[in-house]
Formats: sequence, structure tokens, C-alpha cells
Amino acid sequence: MINLRGKTKDLAAVDGRRRIGLDAVMTALSFVLLLVIVVTPISMIIYHAFFYQGQFSLDLLIDQFTRETTLSAMWNTIKIALLVTVFGTIVGVFYAWLLGRSNIPGKSLMRFLFTIPYMFPPFLGAMAWDLLLNGRSGYLNRWAIKTFGLSSAPFNINSIWGIVFVELSYYFPFVFMQVVSALERMDPTLEESARIAGARQGTVIRKITLPLVTPAISSGALLILISSLAHFGVPAILGFSQGIFTLPTRIYAVIARSGGSFDGIRQGAALSILLVAVVAIALWIQQRVIRSGGYDIIKGKSMRPTVINLRGARIPLFILALSTLVVIVLVPLVMIFLVALVKAYGLPLIPANFTLANYERIFTASGTIESIKNSMILSVSAGFITMILGTLVAYVVQKIRPKGSTLLEVMSVLPYSIPGTVLAIGVILAWSGSLGINLYNTLWIILVAYIARYLSFSMKTSSAALLQVHPSLEEAARTCGASHTESLKDITLPLIRPAMVSGFFLIFLPAMREVTTSVLLYGPYTRTLGVQIYSLRDAGMMPQASALGSVAIVLIVVVNTIVNALNQRRKGV
Amino acid sequence: MAYVRFENISFAYGDNQVLKNFSLSLEKNEIMCLVGPSGCGKTTLVRCLLGLNRPSEGEIWVGDTCMFSSKRRINVPAERRGIGIVFQDYAVWPHLTVKENIAYPMRKRKVPKQEIDRRVEDVLRLVRMSEYINHLPSQLSGGQQQRVAIARALMTSDDLIVMDEPITNLDAKLREQMLYEIRELQRNVGTTVFYITHDQRAALQLGDRIAIMDPKGDLIQLGSDEDIILRPKTRFVFEFIGVTNFLNLKRVDGQHKLDLGSTLAPWPGEVPQELRGGAVIDVGIRPNDIVFDRSSPVRGTVERAVFLGSEYEYFVRAGEKTLRIQQGSLDAGQSGIVREGSEVGLKFLNPYYYPAAREEAV
Repeated sequence: MINLRGKTKDLAAVDGRRRIGLDAVMTALSFVLLLVIVVTPISMIIYHAFFYQGQFSLDLLIDQFTRETTLSAMWNTIKIALLVTVFGTIVGVFYAWLLGRSNIPGKSLMRFLFTIPYMFPPFLGAMAWDLLLNGRSGYLNRWAIKTFGLSSAPFNINSIWGIVFVELSYYFPFVFMQVVSALERMDPTLEESARIAGARQGTVIRKITLPLVTPAISSGALLILISSLAHFGVPAILGFSQGIFTLPTRIYAVIARSGGSFDGIRQGAALSILLVAVVAIALWIQQRVIRSGGYDIIKGKSMRPTVINLRGARIPLFILALSTLVVIVLVPLVMIFLVALVKAYGLPLIPANFTLANYERIFTASGTIESIKNSMILSVSAGFITMILGTLVAYVVQKIRPKGSTLLEVMSVLPYSIPGTVLAIGVILAWSGSLGINLYNTLWIILVAYIARYLSFSMKTSSAALLQVHPSLEEAARTCGASHTESLKDITLPLIRPAMVSGFFLIFLPAMREVTTSVLLYGPYTRTLGVQIYSLRDAGMMPQASALGSVAIVLIVVVNTIVNALNQRRKGV
Repeated sequence: MAYVRFENISFAYGDNQVLKNFSLSLEKNEIMCLVGPSGCGKTTLVRCLLGLNRPSEGEIWVGDTCMFSSKRRINVPAERRGIGIVFQDYAVWPHLTVKENIAYPMRKRKVPKQEIDRRVEDVLRLVRMSEYINHLPSQLSGGQQQRVAIARALMTSDDLIVMDEPITNLDAKLREQMLYEIRELQRNVGTTVFYITHDQRAALQLGDRIAIMDPKGDLIQLGSDEDIILRPKTRFVFEFIGVTNFLNLKRVDGQHKLDLGSTLAPWPGEVPQELRGGAVIDVGIRPNDIVFDRSSPVRGTVERAVFLGSEYEYFVRAGEKTLRIQQGSLDAGQSGIVREGSEVGLKFLNPYYYPAAREEAV
């Protein structure tokens, strides 16, 4: 018989000689990395907003906060966010109910189509709508003026309402997806018993269904609110030309105008404090709402809900849903691809004016190729590093649970609630020499920002997976003779690998199309795909910007398809 | 010298002192069942033995190896203790096949491949799982997964296996069968088995010796099944082992009388010397130790009679107490079945006397 115990005799004082354990190393590493990546940039913003040349001073904040431009930007931010939230919630709930509970035709396909805006980069949508409805040069506007002999453009997308409309079409899926799944998991007997008790269809919807999905609606709505408050792309593309600023775009403008000087960055830091304060209030409301809500009657398992017969309204509502899809998905997509083909912006969109020259130009211009390469490098490495780091932190928080693990958790999800613009300023302040490390104008600074920004994604997916791995699985390995490291390698890691991979893609995809932070962090040789599209457009090269935009869309669709195929195959096992 | 020794083990989760100066010894080749209610510290003790928990005090020995000693600062890491474990939730690794699961302990010890293959086949034959060698755990039933877990434990050690509630997740019929199989396996291999359970019946069925822990985590009785059933040391053990009736004796004028709430009845039994001073004494009686006796001064009314096949069960109201009485069908047939509503006299055959605890309706 092979017996292990014989060997342990000469290991008598194992405990006494034991080196620092793996758990301690992982815990320390998590803390150090989060301090460097997350806490440093955030503290730098706070420091520079409140201290000037080592002296505490509120001058900067007071000066910035009392400016008319700041106040109007803040007002715009709040106004846009509230409008987007209200309308986004209405649209989201309506379509969730229509596609979740009625007998409208083509439900499952439409449900998929309604989630497309979720993966489509909003700034590309803004660009498309600008091409179509720009107050001076939009295709539709010029066509309307010519056809109906109007004296001025009937639509103006470069307005608060234009911004609201475009943001709305990309943010309503937040509410839509939450409510659809809540409707699905609702116990159908709750509604049936109301019907049996004599309530009409309308009363059931009002008195039973809506109150039950209220928690889902409010969490989706707050997600819209917070995303819109921090949103940069759409107001940047639609608002600049008309002098409409929100806080994130104002911060960008201040820094861009100062040419990256320290003073500009300090002003940006002060404005960031204001933006964070606004977001913090929204988050605080979210906490209160989530704490007060929640019903147990929404079950975890899927049930067969009662389907409501729309009768005569079936076809009109179907047409309405279809037209919504056409407007929010098809029109922008078609615009981007058509303008990408046109010889010059403004020429009619007819085959005679089409050319592939724009694609040729972007694929031969070194800047563009470089930007695709940069985005690829950044997305892959940010995805990979963040996947590892997120899993490490998740393991420490879920399995080791050291003192201060709550702090660790908070630190890792903190950047998620901090607007990307603010994070970028923090990263500039921290890593452009003031702490002895200068990463400015390199890819590294963008990478650091991406890691901080997306850490919570991989941390959350890995945490969920680790919770499924019962501690006895690892302990069984230990008693079978595996060291701590070996039990991690042989048991835990293989079990959470699928979650880690999906964590990777959860980061890779948004990183591929990122503009908000990279637009503040890029240098001459470190443009990203998003930044390049943005600058091409800024320089008036609409067809080339569109061509590059269409490339981005194709990339995103391809990767998404691969991810879905992978997920399907995994479920098949 | 005992094979496994826990000497004065203390362990606390934060402020919660789970084990205090706990000592217990296992002989080689025996099945020791450790029984106690949920949360009494059984699993904690096992985890200390395996090296997954670190006691604050005490020593743990397996054979002539000291696994843990707080004084001598010894704490052999879990992976070097070489103790087989079967967890309640099986802990069979879902991403590995049956063979890979079972071979894992050997692989970690760098055993040559042919040797591993041979041993895996042997042990699979032992747990009657040979045809499932290349299955994944998701393709196996609960009982089969449990067998894989046992096989894996045997691969870690055929000297000492710990089983922590291994059959709790199985259905009743399978539980019986697994208990029988564990017994057989132990006989064939000669392993020492440390079996942890909260189910006193499984313990009585399986164990050579049984150790009973109370909810505070103290060892109260250690002995054979007979010891435990016939000579329960405390009221807790008596209650824990089976269905019980508890009555109070009240001392009136130096005489102990049976307190039935509204009335006092004479108590014919002999109160042990050391308890005679108590104003109130608890008496425990098993349902099948109460018999009907017309001449008894203790009277009651049959409220309900239930026929269970091999026996009759009666619920008899005496004063303000309801007693549960069992009578074998054969006896009942001979002496006549007592109908609901009839008045009966009760005789108590095997009373167990304990110092008074808080009063409880049984």
C-alpha cells in the first residue's frame, strides 16, 4: 500500500517553517493592484480639486461651479438624463409587455432584434442620425426642403431633443430586458386569480402585473439614468456644433481647449467632482429604491405566462413594433453603410455616386490601420488582464474572505459607477508623471483606464461562478494530496473557466468601441478605433468616418456571433 | 494505543466556542459513529482532523504521527495527512470522469500509471461501479456519485476514512443499502471508519462504537449500541436515541409521586439513591415500556389507537399528560385490543430517572 503518512514524520514542524500562504499572497496582491489601478486615480481627482500647490483651497471649485457654462452643462445633463429615463422606461415597459405577454407575431425574433441597440455603439448611432437629420446638411432635411419648398429644416437632431431621441433608442433595452425577464418569471396564477375574481384585462395589468414588475422597471430605469448622466458620445457628436454641452462633454471641451495643460486638467477635475456628485445622488436613490422593493412572488424558474390576445390591435401593434425597429436599428445602420460608399458627403445616395474608395482610403491610411491595431491590442489585453485580475479579486472576496473583503469588493465595482470621463482625468492625473510614472501618450495609460473601467464586469461574472463552486470540491482535492495551488489549478479554475471566458468577451466588446475615456487619453500614435472615427468625423470626412464605423460594426457583429456560438455549444454539453 | 486520538481539542469560530477540551479515541479497524444534533460541532471536529480547520488547543494523532499540536506548533497541511474523506455533498468533481476523480489522489502522489489503472479498477470493483469508469458525474445518480466519493476516499487511504453525513442526501431505501455496503466494505478492506451523522438510527445500525455529542459540543457518552440504548447516561442521550415519554415525579411528604398536572398518582418505582433529595425528578419511559394493567393506580383514557401492522400505537390521556404507548400486535392480540375511549391502568416497566430539566409536554 502506498502510504503518504510515512513521509510526514520528518515534516513534524511544518507549521513553524511554513512560508507565507498562497491565500495571503493573493489577498495582498488584490489590495495592492486595486489601490494602484482604482484608488490612485480617484484620489488624485479629489486631491487636485481641493488642493492647489499643496494648499487646501476651494477657489477652483467655487470658480468652476459658479460659471454660467458649468451650470448650463449641469442643467443639460440632468434634463437629458431625466427625459431619456422617462421615455426610455415607457418605451421599454411597453415593448417588454407587448413582446413578453401578447400574441403579437414573430415574438422571439423581435425580442432578439430589440436587444440589438444594446450592443451597437451609441456614438455611431448619433453619427448616423446626424448624417440624416443635421439641421443644415442632413439628407432627410435637405430632401424635405427641396420637395416641400420649406424655408428651414423640419428636423434638427442637433438639439436637446435630438440627443434625447438618440440616447433613448440605445438605452431603452436596459428596461426592456429587465422587464421581459421579470414578466417571464412571474407566477401566472397571480394574474389568473385576479381574472377569476372578476377583474378586467386592463385592471389586471394596472393592479397586478405592473406593481409586480415595478422593481424590475425601477432598476432598469436607474440604469438608464446613471448611464445617461455619464454619457459622452451622443452629446459630443450632436451637441458641439450647436454649443449644447453636458458635463462629460464640457469636461472634454475644457481639456481639449487647454491643449492638455495642467490647468485645463485641473478644471476638468473640478467639474468631475460635480459630475460624480450628480451620479452619486442617482446611485443613492437607486440604493434606496432597491432596498425598499422586491417581491418573492417572482420565481427563479421559468413559467408559462398567460398570453393576452390583442385581437384587432394585433396587426397595428405589430406594424408599430416593426417601424420602431426600422427607426432605431435599420435606419442608422443603413445610413452608415450608404454614406460609407458615397463619393462625397452631400451627394445623393444613389448607386451612381457609390465607390469603394473610402474603404480603400481608410485601409491604406496608416492612422486608421494603426487605430484598429491599437483597439485590438487594447481590447485583447484589457480583456485578458481584467479577466485574471477580476477572478483573483472574486476569489479573495468569495473564498478567502479576509478582513476588509467588503472594501475590496467596493473598490472593484467603484469605477463602474464613475463616469468614464472622470476616470480618464484621474488616470491622467495619476500616470502622467506626478507620481513618478509617466505613461502619457502611450497605450499603457489607456490600458490602465480600461482595466479600471471594466474590472467590475469580470469580477461579477467570476464571483457568480465561484459561488457555484462548493468549498468541499477544493477541500476534497486538498485531502487527496493536492497543495492549495494544485487544487486551484486542477479543480477551481477548470470549473470557472467558462465564466472567465465570457468575462473576457464582456470586456473585449465594449473596449473595441470605446470612445469616452480614450478620447481624453489618446496620443499621436495611440488613437483607438472609436477615437479615429470621432476625429475623421470631426475633420468633416463623413464618408471615411462612416466606412470605418461600418468596419467597427462588422467586427462587433462577428465577435458577438462567435461568443453566442460558444455559449450555445457550452449549453449543449 | 488508540489509532486516532483527539486530545483536548478546542476550536472557536470568532466568539463562538464550538469545541472545548474535546477528547476522543478511535481503535484500529473499527467503525466509530459520532452522533449529535445539527450544529454541535461534529463537522468542525472532522475538519480539524483533516487539517481544514486549525484548533486553538490540543493535539491530534493518527497512528504514531502527530497531525496537530498547539504546544509543539505542529500542523501538518491537509494534503499531507492522507486521510480519506466522503463529504455530505459527495464533492465529486463535475469536470472529471469517474476514473479521473478516483485516480486523482494517486496522481498527486506520482504513482506510476499502470499502478494507478490497476488500483482504480480494483476499487471500482469494490464499490461496484466498474461499468461507469468513463462516465461524468452528471451522468450518475446520487447513490452512484456517493460510491465514487467512497472509492476516491479509499484511494487516498485504506487505513482511515472519514465520512461526514455521507447518506443524508439519499432517499430512505438507498440509505439502508449504502449503510449495508459501507459495513461490507469496511469488513473487506479493514479500514478504520470515522462516521459522522445526526441520524442516531444510522449510527446504531453501523457503528461498532458510538460517541454522542450534546448540542454544546461535549462528548457525553461513548459505548456500544447496547450501552447507548440500555444505559443512556443523561436525559439528552435518552431522548436523542428514540421516541420518549417524559413525566415528572414530585416529592410530597418525603415520597415521590407521579405529577399528572391536575392530580398526583402514587409512584411504585424505586427512585435511585442520588436523586432522592430532588423536589422534582424527570422520568423517561419508552413507548413500548408502558403496559396496560387493570390493577395499576395510574389511570388514563385512550384517545387514539393506531394500527401500524407490527404494532399498535396508543395515545393515552392521563391527567393533563398525553402518553405514547406501543404494543406489539402479538401481545395486543393476546390481551385484547384496547378501544378508543376506554379507561386503562398504566404500568411503567423501565423507567429512567434524571435530574429535573425544564418541563416539557411530550
